[in-house]
Amino acid sequence: MVDVVEQNAFISTAVLLAILLIVSHVFAKISLFGRINNLITSLGTYALFVLQEIGRVTIFAAKGTKNCFVPPFYLSSIVNQVIIIGFYSLPIVGLTAVFAGMVLAMQMHVGFMRFNAEGSVASVVVISMTRELGPVFAGLMVAGRMSSSIAAELGSMRVSEQIDALVTLHVNPFKFLVAPRIIAGVLTLPLLVFVADVIGVLGGMIVSTTLLNFSVGSYIAQTIGSLELMDILSGLAKAAAFGFSIACFGCYHGFNSELGARGVGESATTAVVSSCICILALNYLLTAVFFGI
Amino acid sequence: MSKIIFDNVHKKFNNIRVLNGVSLEIADREVHVILGRSGCGKSVLLKCLLGIMSLDRGDILVDDLSVKRKRKCKDYIRKFSILFQGNALFDSMTIRENVEFGLRQINYNKSECRIIAEEKLFAVGLEKRVFDLYPAEISGGMQKRAALARAIAIEPEVLLFDEPTSGLDPITSGIICHLLKDTVTNLRITCLAITHDLKVAEFLSDRSSILNDGTIIWTGKTEKMKHCGDEFVENFYHASHVILGAGI
Repeated sequence: MVDVVEQNAFISTAVLLAILLIVSHVFAKISLFGRINNLITSLGTYALFVLQEIGRVTIFAAKGTKNCFVPPFYLSSIVNQVIIIGFYSLPIVGLTAVFAGMVLAMQMHVGFMRFNAEGSVASVVVISMTRELGPVFAGLMVAGRMSSSIAAELGSMRVSEQIDALVTLHVNPFKFLVAPRIIAGVLTLPLLVFVADVIGVLGGMIVSTTLLNFSVGSYIAQTIGSLELMDILSGLAKAAAFGFSIACFGCYHGFNSELGARGVGESATTAVVSSCICILALNYLLTAVFFGI
Repeated sequence: MSKIIFDNVHKKFNNIRVLNGVSLEIADREVHVILGRSGCGKSVLLKCLLGIMSLDRGDILVDDLSVKRKRKCKDYIRKFSILFQGNALFDSMTIRENVEFGLRQINYNKSECRIIAEEKLFAVGLEKRVFDLYPAEISGGMQKRAALARAIAIEPEVLLFDEPTSGLDPITSGIICHLLKDTVTNLRITCLAITHDLKVAEFLSDRSSILNDGTIIWTGKTEKMKHCGDEFVENFYHASHVILGAGI
């Protein structure tokens, strides 16, 4: 009798456990589907957000560009921005370029030794600097320095209603705030990159002549001999595009800054991240355009 | 001549209705104050009037010029000048440059700008020693005066005040209120102020309106607010006076 009761208890417990197992399995499956569903929804929402942002930035940039060509022009504001973006960025761009040139010369020398082609160091340094490293490093440095600064400045102007005040004083904020920064960015970045190219090549020359036993004369001769006009022009064109994107992203994120100190901080961060990514993407795109790859 | 008509103005943000059919008429040369609790949409209404924010529905007319035609008709925005809640002085410019900046946009030459700017800065009671200081270097009361000088320098037809005494101590607040009253009396222009401070409304206005839940629920002489028959308005009045009484 006891055995039968125990047997029944065992069977009912087993059935209960089986039901629980099935139910939990079904719930787990639903939950998994739910998670997958949520993931796809999140990805879709994010993709839509990115596309919307690209659209908004494009419209903003087009509006800003249009205002660069339509009077009135705020010359003092343009000059001021040229000084802030261009002149004050010189030290950081120069330092970046000199170290980039020095490292490049060292690395190329080590690499070329494997193929007995150490003599090509000067050529590679000058081509790399003018085509790629000069524009990209200068662009990234200025983006880090200026994009955040522009976004923070315009963001705090938005928060403190200074941008609204401009409208009430019959001033178009795009002409007064955005256009001067775009003009300054497009004009100064090529100049900065030209300086960076020269300094980078000098850095490479210093390392090559002091540590790698190159003679100054042959290094300079090889540098000039292997340099083509297109190398310089493509770098300067890239720089102008980078300057444009730095100014646009800085202004866009500043203009659309959320209210409060946190909002301004976030807009500054987002401005740097997006302008850096844009610089790298533009660099690839322009390289493909200029060198037909 | 500047008569303002708010005609069934609607505005929402992310499906939250802020203005839900605001209708109001402000007569020429009237000093009108819109009162309401914090966050009830007073500043939004002012920004809609200026065309800084677009309307979802309805219209705002100033002398038959619609805010919707603001872009085509520059005369619309030229009618206004505003004293912002946080003053909105350009912090990269000195006090003098702030006032001159507005003047330069309406084709005054440099020397004219300088003369008018100094005249307006003196008119609001600022001393010459602060003219070449930056906004961050002067007190809140002085900033308010400088912002008022900038607002009146461009000779607007409609003067707007957004919470004119916020962030000021009671004494400075009183002084600024008197200054605003004198300014609107002297200029004889239409004036619209928004505030949650009943004391300011009672002192400044010819008529007041109460904004609540996105609509104007009462309009009339400010002194009649106490016995207007509307529960919210009477509560607003009594709450303001209780708090003011407790403060004293």
